[in-house]
Amino acid sequence: MQPFFQEAVIPHFNFWIYVIIMMVGLWSVIAKNNLIKKLIGLSIFQTAILLLYVSLGVKEGATIPVLDHHALTESSPTESSEGPGKKAHAINPDHYANPLPHVLMLTAIVVGVATLGVALALTQMIYKDFGTIEEDEVLNQIKALHDDV
Amino acid sequence: MKAKIFASIAVAITGAVLLYAVTDFPRFGDPRSPANAGIGGGSPSASLYYIENTYRDTKVPNLVTAILADYRGYDTMFETVVILTAGMSIFAILRVLRRDDASGAPDPAPASSDPSIDGDHHRIIVGTTCRIAAPLIQIFALYVVAHGHHSPGGGFQGGVMLGASFILIALSGSLRDTLVRFGEQQYLRLAFIGILIYAGFGFLPLWVGRNFLDYGALSGLLMTSGEEMARSHSMLGVEIGVAMTVMSIMFAIFANLSTRGRLRGGL
Amino acid sequence: MIVTFDIIILVFLVIAAIISLSVKDLLAAAMIFGIYGFLICLLWAEMGAVDVAFTEATVGAGVSTVLIVATILNTRRKSTD
Repeated sequence: MQPFFQEAVIPHFNFWIYVIIMMVGLWSVIAKNNLIKKLIGLSIFQTAILLLYVSLGVKEGATIPVLDHHALTESSPTESSEGPGKKAHAINPDHYANPLPHVLMLTAIVVGVATLGVALALTQMIYKDFGTIEEDEVLNQIKALHDDV
Repeated sequence: MKAKIFASIAVAITGAVLLYAVTDFPRFGDPRSPANAGIGGGSPSASLYYIENTYRDTKVPNLVTAILADYRGYDTMFETVVILTAGMSIFAILRVLRRDDASGAPDPAPASSDPSIDGDHHRIIVGTTCRIAAPLIQIFALYVVAHGHHSPGGGFQGGVMLGASFILIALSGSLRDTLVRFGEQQYLRLAFIGILIYAGFGFLPLWVGRNFLDYGALSGLLMTSGEEMARSHSMLGVEIGVAMTVMSIMFAIFANLSTRGRLRGGL
Repeated sequence: MIVTFDIIILVFLVIAAIISLSVKDLLAAAMIFGIYGFLICLLWAEMGAVDVAFTEATVGAGVSTVLIVATILNTRRKSTD
């Protein structure tokens, strides 16, 4: 049990918690009765996945991915005389967090809220047609409609 | 009950598989992981190229804005189209365009007639404070859009803040006052003009013979000193287009959702 | 990358997610969803992802919560589970 905790859980403790949050959201999409709770669960699932991706780009002791003035002013006098090789010494990639997951997840957040808006519009139309937003009552009413026809 | 049993089994299996996969990830915060530093030899990771060469290629210190608007500008353009499409689908689903309200069965009484939610007493204080705060929010939002090159920010954040200032006035005062200032025709036009600006910046290099969304070709048109400054200025233009679209669609989604499509009444 | 801070916020995150899906009053569920969004923004700001934190604070915790509240006030406020 001890080596399991040392190697598998402790270095990745936060990934374990992200998976737990994902499963909470996924369970709620399938099992909850209320439509709004399903949408909240879907949104929780989405943000947990974003957490997983962004924490792949974290580096210990690194700062935000905005180049600071010191690195830029050190390298600018050598810009014309040397080549790109001298530039690489001035900007150390280990000092900056990995910007690529941030970019991809920015898109994901905004697309997530757009689809949440469409889902909420559909919920309002369901309420207008059936008078309720509980899934089992909606299914009963649809079955009753089909039995009449 | 059947749904809960099925959900528990599915979640347990998926959770177990994911937890087993997570133990193979590199250590949290490792600067030498394959995502951060590549796998050595001839295949470095893309982020190494971006961190080292962004300032040389585009003269923009904010790496995230540079990658979002320039290196991966194609994705951002279609993301803006997705936002526009979501606004259009909410318009198509909810919007009621007929004048008369006698359309089929009467609507069930909405929850806002519940006496436990009241707000009419406080509208003077809240309404006046929000009207004072809204222009300040808009100035800050324009600052965020314009300074996306040097500090965290950019088109999306500024656009959502601009839309949020209108939502604030609609929530605190009445939606009708906001629609007088920022009506349906205006915001639909602004949304489409925003995406046309983005696509315009993409199509202009085709006239000069370069690739789509190749901002370096615009250095003659924008009268800049080199290709890097043309890329930097085009990034700003593109972010302005994104901010216009996002602002209009955020307010459009709120207006349609809070009035059930009628754009009358409101919360 | 402060480990103690990470653990505390992650524990609050799990608690907020579970409670948001358990309360019967939908307006309270929407508010706790807003709390969840702001905790995630804090976590990202601590990890060094400031652009993502900015976007999540405005879009995820701000506009998302307002849209859910707008829908709840036009449909029912109580839920049966």
